[in-house]
Amino acid sequence: METLGPQIIFWAFAALMLGSAFIVVHGKNLVRSAFSLLATFFSAAVFYVMLGADFLAGVQLLVYVGGILTLLVFGVMLTNRIYNLNLETQTFQVLPGALVSLAVFVILTTVVVRTPWSQSALIEDGPTTPIIGRALMTEYVLPFEIASVLLLVALLGAAMLVRRRTDL
Amino acid sequence: MIEYVGVLMFLAAGALLAAAATTVSGLVAPHNPTREKLMPYECGENPVGSPWGVQFNIRFYVFVLVFLIFDVEAVMLVPWAVVLKELGTPALIAGFIFIGMLVLGLADVWRKGDLEWVREEERAALKTAPKNAKAA
Repeated sequence: METLGPQIIFWAFAALMLGSAFIVVHGKNLVRSAFSLLATFFSAAVFYVMLGADFLAGVQLLVYVGGILTLLVFGVMLTNRIYNLNLETQTFQVLPGALVSLAVFVILTTVVVRTPWSQSALIEDGPTTPIIGRALMTEYVLPFEIASVLLLVALLGAAMLVRRRTDL
Repeated sequence: MIEYVGVLMFLAAGALLAAAATTVSGLVAPHNPTREKLMPYECGENPVGSPWGVQFNIRFYVFVLVFLIFDVEAVMLVPWAVVLKELGTPALIAGFIFIGMLVLGLADVWRKGDLEWVREEERAALKTAPKNAKAA
């Protein structure tokens, strides 16, 4: 982060992330909000890349941009009449909301500032996917297989929920 | 990280190209809209409702849900595939157990007819409909 280039990229994508997140929350059109979420997710992927977590960036793009967002957009498009009404984002409970967000902000800032972030010299800069793969296949092979069971349960559960009641 | 500069430049070039194309066509193209021209294009059909209000069939949702599961599966398999050659048979077996679990799920969803576009009972209803009409 010494040179100017990464700095510019960081701030540009930070601005994009915050701006699109603002549209997600305050947008009057649900479809537009859903598509703004794409920019938010994508900016997060850029930050992962800048931190050297290339596998995580790929996961972010594939699962969040490619999967979750598709689900969300479909959810919006499938829902009858929801996008025709103009969404009124009402503001209420201003004081409690402000207090809670301020508290979260203070807690997060305290954690960020006070944690002694140590940089391990052992981890070299480079592709992380083979390291993760080796760990998954040796030490963490059981969690890897259990993850497949979890996915199986999720698949069966999702299919069960969308099935019509009579088919149960 | 330096290898991602290429990705960034590619993105920037893509965004620039799209922006330039719309800007230039906006500046150069003649502009005299009529009501018909402003209608959403629906392959010659008269559009119904607002362009935001495209109603998708609810059945797409099942496919998206199943897709999401297999999306996560693909993500989990990427690190496995990268080191497969290096680790050999045990990793191959572990990976196939993983895939087998999801195939089991797919088989169940398939068997229960969630992937059918026209469901079994509707197909039966379509076949019997003319008979019922005659009887009525």
